Amino acid sequence: MDFEWPIFVAALPALARGAATTAELAAVSILLGLVIGVFGGLARVSGMRVLNVAAIAYTTLMRGIPLLVTLLFLCYGLPSLGLLLEAKTVAIIALSVTNGAYVTEIVRAGILSVDRGQMRAARSLGMGWALAMRRIVLPQALRRVLPPIGNEAITLLKNTALVSVIAIPDLLRAGTDVMTWQANTFSPFAGVALMYLMMTLPLVALVARLEAKWRVA
Amino acid sequence: MKPVIVRNLHKSYGSTPVLRGVDMEVARGEVVCVIGPSGSGKSTLLQCLNGLEPFEHGEVIVAGQHVGWGPERGGARRRVPEREMTLARRRIGIVFQQFNLFPHMTALGNVTEAPVQVLRQQREAAEAGGRELLARVGLAHKVDAYPADLSGGQQQRVAIARALAMNPEVMLFDEVTSALDPELVGEVLAVMRRLAEDGMTMLVVTHEMGFAREAADRVIFMDGGVIVEQGPPEEVLGRPREERTRSFLGRVLRPETVTA
Repeated sequence: MDFEWPIFVAALPALARGAATTAELAAVSILLGLVIGVFGGLARVSGMRVLNVAAIAYTTLMRGIPLLVTLLFLCYGLPSLGLLLEAKTVAIIALSVTNGAYVTEIVRAGILSVDRGQMRAARSLGMGWALAMRRIVLPQALRRVLPPIGNEAITLLKNTALVSVIAIPDLLRAGTDVMTWQANTFSPFAGVALMYLMMTLPLVALVARLEAKWRVA
Repeated sequence: MKPVIVRNLHKSYGSTPVLRGVDMEVARGEVVCVIGPSGSGKSTLLQCLNGLEPFEHGEVIVAGQHVGWGPERGGARRRVPEREMTLARRRIGIVFQQFNLFPHMTALGNVTEAPVQVLRQQREAAEAGGRELLARVGLAHKVDAYPADLSGGQQQRVAIARALAMNPEVMLFDEVTSALDPELVGEVLAVMRRLAEDGMTMLVVTHEMGFAREAADRVIFMDGGVIVEQGPPEEVLGRPREERTRSFLGRVLRPETVTA
């Protein structure tokens, strides 16, 4: 055990800066992943073959490739194709596209769980498929899948730790920097672990709050 | 043009024929009850009328619009495009056995949703109309209640108000009391009876022989995917000509309720 309070305390400002980067990456990627997932889920149930096949190919591909591989591929593979992107952009793409694949399947399951009679009733009132989906089916589906989507959001938040391999100054990277300079492992990583935990708490609280608010249905 | 015209309607599920050549019409303001054993095709007939179920053959014209298949031109027919079907459904109200209320909306929300989203009515106007309709079905005090907090009978009355909110030309009722506890059936039938008195064109698939006898202008008995017999309720229910009708009525009517 090499835990030392002075190193722990001194590391906190640097860790906080890293945590800010992690939070930003996570927030943007969670939102983008949600958008991708909703459209992906809709494509899966659209009844249009092209969209359905495309969505299946997407989820199969992205769920089958480790996030770390996707990150490295985008970071080092794209430049060789002449496409230079900022490391942060690469990270957000990799995180949200991977997350979106899982959310797609969750949203699809949610939509399928809504009674068919809901769509029939909406259509019988003169609503088109898209309107019925948006106003009647999707709101019910999303309420039901809030818990698993919350899980995915938490997983994504922690998966952001992988972006430190492409030289983004995130929370984990800040921790390893302190470790190198101070030649002390335990103190900075105690801070890193604590900060990841503290960031998941608001997410958990948010999901719980939304669940309570949308209790009806 | 009559609000409902059906000519030679054929429909099957896979290789099982469900409707085998149904011809019928419903006149404006007429109340027609369709009775028959389960599996006779009466519910399927109703689902075909608003295009929720596709069918293979026949002509269906509801509220002046072709449903399913367009008019025959030079021996060729075309499927009515989905967009036209969606427009046609505005004029065709339907109430389902399972209510199918939107659980995430209040009673008033259920009733105003389509007028606001489909007909683009102003929310205030739609809500005023919705309150009036809910009052008409005896639920003025439940406008803000969610479906989960309503009894089956109340939910079904909201569903009727929801369909009426589109100001349909014809109302289809698909065994609307079959999922209700017996003591709740009466309140729904009372609403339907009042609607009939107000002159609404109604096609009612039902097991309620009492309602058919009192409220229907005409009763249609279906069996095996065809119309076996039809006529005024006192004839079809009281003096059926066909053996199949007699045996069905003998099974569903308790002896003491059979009229002479």
